[in-house]
Amino acid sequence: MLNRTAENVARATPEPLARKVRGISDKGLAWLFISPTILLLLAINIFPLFWAIYLSFTNFRANRPNEVVKNLGFANYQRILGDQDIWIAMQTTAHFVFWTILLQTLIGFTLAWLIDRKFRGHAFWTTLILVPMMLSPAVVGNFWRFLYEPQIGLFSYVISFVSGIPPTSIQMLSNVSLAPWSIIIVDTWMWTPYVMLICLAGLRSIPEYIYEAAEVDRASNWRQFWSITLPMALPFIMLAVLFRGIENFKMFDMVNLLTGGGPGSTTEVASITLKRQAFESWRTGYSSAFAIILFVAVFGLANIYVKALNKVKQR
Amino acid sequence: MSMTNPVKRKSRWPAWARRGLMENIATALIAIGFLMLFQPFALSLYTYSFITMLAGTVMFIIVSKFPE
Repeated sequence: MLNRTAENVARATPEPLARKVRGISDKGLAWLFISPTILLLLAINIFPLFWAIYLSFTNFRANRPNEVVKNLGFANYQRILGDQDIWIAMQTTAHFVFWTILLQTLIGFTLAWLIDRKFRGHAFWTTLILVPMMLSPAVVGNFWRFLYEPQIGLFSYVISFVSGIPPTSIQMLSNVSLAPWSIIIVDTWMWTPYVMLICLAGLRSIPEYIYEAAEVDRASNWRQFWSITLPMALPFIMLAVLFRGIENFKMFDMVNLLTGGGPGSTTEVASITLKRQAFESWRTGYSSAFAIILFVAVFGLANIYVKALNKVKQR
Repeated sequence: MSMTNPVKRKSRWPAWARRGLMENIATALIAIGFLMLFQPFALSLYTYSFITMLAGTVMFIIVSKFPE
């Protein structure tokens, strides 16, 4: 039956096309199918990466394309790695990454654990919790700017209602000590559902019979959590941390919309500095070198992380 | 049919250059470089962070192809 269908298809193929296809091996056909994807990847990923590496050794400025491009060697890298402002931007980035990942993992895992209890209406709550993740960062940024308004913002009103502090003195976006936390709150609000979703997948993958065996052995709920739930969900938690870690190192949209790096430079993360150098000062070579440094940092961290993840999986 | 165990051929690859050990060294280099990049204590540590991280990353890529 199958042979007859194949014969019919072969007979229906136009002769010039059939002659061409007949000469291609299976391997050749596989290459033919994947070559458009490879070409696309080369054009939009690999080529820009190598181009940026090349530019990082030059004094190229994108606003002066006709100027003679000079080779500077490692001068851009030396300047960046000796610049105190960029060093501070790196520390600000580390501060953001640390707190957002810590809060998102703790809240995300707790929510996943609660949702996994399968109470009445858990599907509705899951959908409701996932809503912030589905919104565009531009919408979230503008929406939270209104919430943080000292005069009319709901956030300031709630804090004032709870603490008794007048709402006009709660300046979340313009206060030096509160501005970094305002961004951490928004990022946590937006991306905790993502961590929750990955953790929920991990919790749902734990077979029920392991808990049944633990109950036969009279293991307490606390013991079951530490000996079964947490170790078996750990690869998923680590995966969520990896994804969020890489994303948060590149955090740009939320900071740009909420504070724009201010007040002063208290929320100026590395990506904001990079954007300023590339598109305000037009130092394309310099900013390319900065981008390469960030790329190596994230790539190196991802290597360590994947190694740790494989070790956890093998246990 | 004999039931003898197959004799394992001894690899010529030096023991010190096995993947496990080398990967651990590369990982340590990356981790040290990463901490140097984001630490708030000394500018000189920040200056040498990139080269440490780059050395670790390149080493990791190379040694992950070594035999176990």
